[in-house]
Amino acid sequence: MAAVPTGHVLVVAVLLVCIGAFGVLLRRNLLFMLLSLEVVLNGAALAFIGAGSRWQQPDGQAFVLLIMVMAAAEVAVGLALFLQIHRRVSSLDADALDSLRG
Amino acid sequence: MSAVFYIASTIAVVAAFLAVTRSDALHAVLWLLVALFGIAVDFLVLGAPFLAALEVIVYAGAIVVVILFVMMMVAGPAASRGQERRWLPPRAWILPSLLAAGLAALAVTWLAGAGGPAAEGTVIGARRVGMLLFSDWLVAVELASVLLLAGLVGALYLSSGSEGPARANGRRRQPWPDPDVTGPGRGGAAD
Repeated sequence: MAAVPTGHVLVVAVLLVCIGAFGVLLRRNLLFMLLSLEVVLNGAALAFIGAGSRWQQPDGQAFVLLIMVMAAAEVAVGLALFLQIHRRVSSLDADALDSLRG
Repeated sequence: MSAVFYIASTIAVVAAFLAVTRSDALHAVLWLLVALFGIAVDFLVLGAPFLAALEVIVYAGAIVVVILFVMMMVAGPAASRGQERRWLPPRAWILPSLLAAGLAALAVTWLAGAGGPAAEGTVIGARRVGMLLFSDWLVAVELASVLLLAGLVGALYLSSGSEGPARANGRRRQPWPDPDVTGPGRGGAAD
């Protein structure tokens, strides 16, 4: 079946992580920041799958399962926080959250 | 089969880039969906059919739909499009692009020859993953369930902040007090 070099899998994973980090840095909308975090987590998951395939162990897949659980919890709490912020500040801008500033 | 990997990876990377840069929120989510399907195909090629199915079911099926719901609750995507454009002036792209490109270039040059070839032809199915999860990783599975419970309770509490069942001493309990100043922030972007 697949004879993909592990290095290439890791390159794709790193590209996904960098794109996600780029999104987090670039966007000001909190919803897009959460969306970019999903891309980062998927890059990490791809690295785990590639390593699990390289050593023929199921541990990588088990870890990706835990990453998915973490992503689901993160999205649930993050979106609830997002709704709460939107209700209070009535803006989607991360820069609007400066009420702690003196 | 390795050609499938490269095609799917290209689609995933391009779609992920489009997802984080579109100004229309609905388009961004749809591109994220494309990227997730590409990553699922990558999982399949790398011998992880169980995780490929879970990627489609959990990520594309559940998480993206939840994001879509919240997006529809908050604002119409069409209404926020112009605002997104205003929030993304060309000079805002410079520093994130440089940082991300530098990081990617460093990692790619370092990783391109790493690791050797993947072993051929072996599919690690749901059976082996399940056996591992429920023997050696049992504590991790329990911790994951506790994490999901914490996420559920946290989301319920946070979303019932202004009305709903969360009350203490007869007054409304709020995750944090109302900010004194709710005027436009630095960006001046009260919509």
